[in-house]
Amino acid sequence: MTYYSMGMQVVRCCSRAGVPGPCTRQWAVQLRSLAATGACRRASSGTCTAALRNVAAAASAAGVATDGASISSSSSSTSTQPAAKVDYEAVIGIETHVQLSTKTKAFCSCASEFGAEPNSNICPVCLGHPGTLPVLNADVVRKGVLAGLALDATICLSSKFDRKQYFYPDLPKGYQISQYDVPLCEGGWVEVVVPDSGAGTSVRRIGITRAHLEEDAGKLVHGGAASLSGSDYSLVDFNRAGVPLLEIVSEPDLRTGAEAAAYGAEMRRIMRFLGVSDGNMAEGSMRCDVNISVRPRGRAAFGTKVEIKNMNSFNAMQRAIEFEIVRQVDALEGGREGEVVQETRLWDEGRQCTYSMRKKEGLADYRYFPEPDLPELTLTEAYVQELRASMPELPRQLRERLLGLGLSQYDVLVLSDDAEVAAYFDAVLAAGAPAKPAANWVMGDVMAHCKEVRLGWEQLAARMAPAALAEMISLIEDGTISGKIGKDVLPALLAGEGGAGGGSVRALVEARGLVQISDPAALAAIVDGVLAANSKQLQAYREGKTKLQGFFVGAVMKESKGRANPKELNRILMQRLAAPPS
Amino acid sequence: MNPPHTLQSYTEMRVLRTTNIRAKPADMRLSLVCGSLHGPLHAARDQVARRGTSATELTTAYLRQLHSAETQLQCFLAVDDEYALRQAALIDSRLAQGEDVGPLAGVPIAVKDNLCTQGLQTTAGSRGLHGFVPTYDATAVARLRAAGAVVLGKTNMDEFGMGSSCENSGYQPTFNPWDTKHVPGGSSGGSAAAVAAKQCIAALGSDTGGSIRQPASFCGVVGVKPTYGRVSRNGLVAYASSLDCVGPIAQSVADAAAVLTVIAGSDLADATCSQKPVEDYTAGLLPLDNLSSKPLAFKRLALIQEACGEGVDAGVTAALAGAVRHLQELGAEVEQVSLPSFAAGLPAYYVIALSEASSNLSRYDGVRFGQRGAANELKNMYASSRHSGLGSEVARRILMGTYALSAGYYDAYYKRAQQVRTLVRREMNMALGRFDALLCPAAPTTAYRVGEKLCDPLSMYKGDLMTVNLNLAGLPAVCLPCGFSGQAAGNALPVGMQLIGRAFGEADLLKLAHIYEQTSGVVTILPSVFIESASAKHD
Repeated sequence: MTYYSMGMQVVRCCSRAGVPGPCTRQWAVQLRSLAATGACRRASSGTCTAALRNVAAAASAAGVATDGASISSSSSSTSTQPAAKVDYEAVIGIETHVQLSTKTKAFCSCASEFGAEPNSNICPVCLGHPGTLPVLNADVVRKGVLAGLALDATICLSSKFDRKQYFYPDLPKGYQISQYDVPLCEGGWVEVVVPDSGAGTSVRRIGITRAHLEEDAGKLVHGGAASLSGSDYSLVDFNRAGVPLLEIVSEPDLRTGAEAAAYGAEMRRIMRFLGVSDGNMAEGSMRCDVNISVRPRGRAAFGTKVEIKNMNSFNAMQRAIEFEIVRQVDALEGGREGEVVQETRLWDEGRQCTYSMRKKEGLADYRYFPEPDLPELTLTEAYVQELRASMPELPRQLRERLLGLGLSQYDVLVLSDDAEVAAYFDAVLAAGAPAKPAANWVMGDVMAHCKEVRLGWEQLAARMAPAALAEMISLIEDGTISGKIGKDVLPALLAGEGGAGGGSVRALVEARGLVQISDPAALAAIVDGVLAANSKQLQAYREGKTKLQGFFVGAVMKESKGRANPKELNRILMQRLAAPPS
Repeated sequence: MNPPHTLQSYTEMRVLRTTNIRAKPADMRLSLVCGSLHGPLHAARDQVARRGTSATELTTAYLRQLHSAETQLQCFLAVDDEYALRQAALIDSRLAQGEDVGPLAGVPIAVKDNLCTQGLQTTAGSRGLHGFVPTYDATAVARLRAAGAVVLGKTNMDEFGMGSSCENSGYQPTFNPWDTKHVPGGSSGGSAAAVAAKQCIAALGSDTGGSIRQPASFCGVVGVKPTYGRVSRNGLVAYASSLDCVGPIAQSVADAAAVLTVIAGSDLADATCSQKPVEDYTAGLLPLDNLSSKPLAFKRLALIQEACGEGVDAGVTAALAGAVRHLQELGAEVEQVSLPSFAAGLPAYYVIALSEASSNLSRYDGVRFGQRGAANELKNMYASSRHSGLGSEVARRILMGTYALSAGYYDAYYKRAQQVRTLVRREMNMALGRFDALLCPAAPTTAYRVGEKLCDPLSMYKGDLMTVNLNLAGLPAVCLPCGFSGQAAGNALPVGMQLIGRAFGEADLLKLAHIYEQTSGVVTILPSVFIESASAKHD
């Protein structure tokens, strides 16, 4: 990675024909010896350990009830009041920042790709140079509306942009273009499937307050320390500055870490199904901030809210919430209410705990006001209807459809988790395969193969056509080959030897001499041969050692090189074994 | 080298003509100028197009005049002779190859320093942007260049447009060519003074609350504040985004119209720029000899009552009254109209402008460009960069704007100001439904003395009374000379009249202004700077 220091001198940036455009020259800013505005103070290790001790208890409690976690004081090892047993519940809301996968940034024509050389996708506009103006990318609106429709939200035909103002080196203009009082999407809900303590699942509807468009900031890279505080210098990479985000705010409807994780996963699934975001948490294209408080069950008023950030997976989010529930309940139970204050805490993945980043002294004043550089965003009903009509099948609809095919809840969850898997599965069905065996094959050997060799499902389809898998399944179903032979043949199909199905798999199986022997006469001949060659065992069987049946099956299979139709083989074998000696 | 178009000959010609008009208003044919439109821009481009002179000769002549007047006036923050001559040479070589170079071929133009010029320092008059060289041209500048204009340099201004006298420049004051003890107005004072002193043929200015019109009035030149959205703001260093307009300052209405025609029009880089097609604003301008004796017959004009009362200098009132009489002579009906919200516009303007400014100026944090203050802590780095980079007037305005947008004050200030804005707009549009144009002075006074209002910001703010309502309403206006004040006392200073038109009605407005200008014979004397430089030459 190369960073440039701008220092005090003016750095010129190339532009074409006088119009601000993508820069070819890379530049960055080096902020030397800058201390943090909000110093990061970690929780003492004592606090951290104390809370950790209770994580296991909370985690088990969290999964029990679907309507809320039960965390009682008895689970707390530090509790000194065994008498009154208060039942607590957590109230959780999530702000999800979804990076919209547009080709260019929200307000300029720079590429919005991830992982480019630092400060290679920048221009005067996204650097906030004097005189530059934002121009809204139409695809940002399209993707935002699609997401809103998928969340069953009301699309505001007339919304506007506002400026959210604060100073930070990664924020080029000193304000973020966002939507404040009139967001693009209002109201809505998302269906979340939460695994419960048993093998089952429960379904909950989580309300969506709003979803609005905004631009991302740049990224600070600190030299010599993990945060701005204590670092020798900090570098800014503005590649991400101006990348479009959709911020989705949930109602405080969530109660457990498991629900929150399921909510995040469903949100990501929806965005991926729509093709509006890749939802990659590790790359930051989906970020979840959690707002969490606890209160005695039955009380309507909310407790003191804490914000948690810095979780780079849904699993981490679940663990962070579980940790925080225990920390807060512990503090309240221990009479240390003062430890639960309105603040932002960060999740430390290494130490598995949250720690305080900054205390919020009242509400930060962002001095929002309408962005005068952008006209009101006006959409027509026809535009929204057109997008509604173009919506692909959503995860919830897919789940309903798959359940309708008679698949188990588990199968449905696995197949509907990923739109590409679902698409492949659907193609296998479309080629004539019955649902259950198709599901077994796709979720079993095929998925394992994809994971093992890190193959995407679209690439897989290019190698093993869904129709080829469907043909193999039909060969098993009609008894042409056994399931065992099927597994043996699969590698050839994965190597593309099954062609496009439609007879090519049968030809392959026949060419390799793998077709099952189902002809009773042929099987009888083999059986008779085996029995004749093993007269001792036959006698022993007839004297009562019926366990030897397996031995005979094995011998016949060996003799037939595995091609004997197991069902037919068993029938004939039993017939012969039962027959009196001739 | 003696370019056929000389400053003196043009001025003399103009004096001759206006004298004739004064003597015999009915016999306008006497002052006929070959049917071509009036103004040095038209004369120059015709000469260049006919190859009577070259862009290089023209540029050289203007650079000479620029430097000779510059010591007294300090209109420019950056002049790059080589840069200008390279552009001129390029135009000449293209002309030599028979190319159509464009409607402003070879015309030397100055650009206000808040318009980005690729490769030429742009500071918006701020120390904080010292050394900042933009990587792109503002759309208006790019269009001037594409039309063949030669950019001579960047003109002085009040820092970020915040001021009405050019005294708030982070670098230098500019002086009024009519009397160098007086200010040229602001914030486009450098542009207006440079045009008046003929350091350039025309200039670009910007107008947020009167910054083109008031200096045009103080310097006796023509300034056009177009409809909001008529000219792209791309590349204009923002002061108040919902009010900022780029417009021309020139020596004649026809010249201003020619520049506006070039710079106006939709721009993909500015979402607030109108898609309306642009007219050729010079097309409707008739040469003097083509005018009838009552060219303004059936025109209904109205004098804004609230702009003519208390607080307006007697000399300004008298000049305007003379202008009204002349308009009536030309056949126009001139009434009075009352706009009750007129006075409420000024405080509303300041709340909105400063709120937006407090936000727009956040980017001058020392992180990515401009000057960075030294500090060992982030907050101190911001403070140091902004304290050393931004002047006291800018700091004052940022503080006021920040206050107005703060939680708890937003409704009382910003929101209320927007309501007043709606009221002002409605009232002005209603009046313009009844009248073809409204008129009022461009400033309540003539150019005041340097330093006179420097310690009294409030009185300087009050000077914007005549101009800010238009920005709130987004309407176009032309400011042109309508007489002199203090002539008897021997220190005559020009008075400007503001003609206000309907949204996107620039063509009609310019026609009206052109007829007035062609027949009124107002500017008959030279700015003192010429008298001084002429006497200096004879030494």
